[in-house]
Amino acid sequence: MRYLLLIYQNEAAHAQYSEQELGAEYEAYNAFGAELRTRGIEVQGGEALMPTSTATTVRVRDGKIATIDGPFAETKEQLGGYYQLNCKDLDEAIELAAKIPAATRGSIEIRPIVEFE
Amino acid sequence: MDITHQVVADTFHQESGRILATLIGSVMDFELAEDALQDAMLVALERWPVEGIPRNPGAWITTAARHKAIDRLRRMYTLARKQELLQSLVEQEEPVEGGGEGAGEMEDSAFPDERLKLMFTCCHPALALEAQVALTLHTLGGLATTEIASAFLVPVPTMAQRLVRAKRKIRDAGIPYRVPEAGFLGERVDAILCVLYLIFNEGYAATSGNQLIRQELCDEAIRLARVLTMLLREQLLLAAAPEALCLLALLLLHNSRRTARVGAEGELVLLEEQDRALWNQHEIQEGLAALELALRMRRPGPYQVQAAISALHAQAKRAGDTDWSQIAALYGELLRMTPSPVVELNRAVAVAMAENPLAGLTLLDRPGLGQALDEYYLFHAARADLLRRAGRLREASSAYAQALDLCHNERERAFLSRRLAEVWHS
Repeated sequence: MRYLLLIYQNEAAHAQYSEQELGAEYEAYNAFGAELRTRGIEVQGGEALMPTSTATTVRVRDGKIATIDGPFAETKEQLGGYYQLNCKDLDEAIELAAKIPAATRGSIEIRPIVEFE
Repeated sequence: MDITHQVVADTFHQESGRILATLIGSVMDFELAEDALQDAMLVALERWPVEGIPRNPGAWITTAARHKAIDRLRRMYTLARKQELLQSLVEQEEPVEGGGEGAGEMEDSAFPDERLKLMFTCCHPALALEAQVALTLHTLGGLATTEIASAFLVPVPTMAQRLVRAKRKIRDAGIPYRVPEAGFLGERVDAILCVLYLIFNEGYAATSGNQLIRQELCDEAIRLARVLTMLLREQLLLAAAPEALCLLALLLLHNSRRTARVGAEGELVLLEEQDRALWNQHEIQEGLAALELALRMRRPGPYQVQAAISALHAQAKRAGDTDWSQIAALYGELLRMTPSPVVELNRAVAVAMAENPLAGLTLLDRPGLGQALDEYYLFHAARADLLRRAGRLREASSAYAQALDLCHNERERAFLSRRLAEVWHS
């Protein structure tokens, strides 16, 4: 079976991490990746997201796109799926988000992915 | 301040928006562009007294700032992506040595006006509205963080943080720096107009606070609305977004009454009681011309209707000459475009002026309206006034009492109390 493992953590606390703590976290993720490899688990994807301060939420109501600063904040709706797209810029991501069928009833949260260089 | 310092300061104030827009276009990073501009200002302060003031100070500073951006990039990054940017920046360079030398010869066309792109970035809906307002004033208006903080009665560190966050979000979320595609253009121009209107209102609505900064907000909103219409026209986009012209008209028409609307003791003077000789005819004429041009584009919108209402007031020589039936019809149109209880209230007042107090009262007493505006003292004050004029004095006095309960402005309270006493004694 295929599974999506979602990572939740306290952003504010994470932002306060020291260099040392960040280094230890990096090592721990490397170790986790190594374990997946040795056990022959197929990794189909996995990314770090930029903090929620970079998030944008898109909804379509009455045929109009509403673009809102910030992450998705409703408790009445639950995560139901995702797309990972490589877009020219945020406007293209917003335009496509608005075309996801769920956008007319639910919300699409757009989060940039961290680019490790 | 000596003459060179004055020229540097003037150049900064008048052209920083334009220079920043060009720089951001080159380096695609707000913070780097701002830092480079600061560096270039220092170079100008050092060199202009010795070498003389260049013919085109704005272009000189732009070139110098681009050099500084390259220096900063060289020091900061070795990563591949930045190398590419550095490469393209170096290629943009004129073959000149050091600072901004040679830039003085630059023709105006070599210094393109990129502010339209910057407006779309600053007023992007993925930024919170308060951040859009602050960023627009800061980058396009060249207002200092302290000035913006004091205009919006926010502590300076809070405002500084708001600006930093907004710039980071632009960079990290990939908010574009370009004119939106046709499908998005209308709503994105609306977003800019909303920000400019907010800036104007912040300066216009309240009479408290620092008067100089409030005036500056109004002037800045009008200046930016002028720049916006000019740039849209240059890009042949004005006909697709005539509301930009209408906002400019509306702001000019409001601003034309600035002197007349405040009395000797700082109190607000009602439109009907203003000394119309104090209205700024120059601004009225410019506003009417902008509205006229927009009307010919035949794409009505809420700003067009509001500007048309304001224009009818501006054209009445005396309060008694006001074309209230036309104004009532326009409020009806506005209500259709942007339904809101406050617009309904304004329409009812206009209908009462055009026809009679009872016609206005019928509209005000529509089921639901009183509930929606129950906490709004102007609703009760307007209703009281219509009841008084219709001769229904007992109801009028209870409406005045309700208005008094909700009103916290001393002068308005004095006015309402006076009316209440009149109703009691008649």
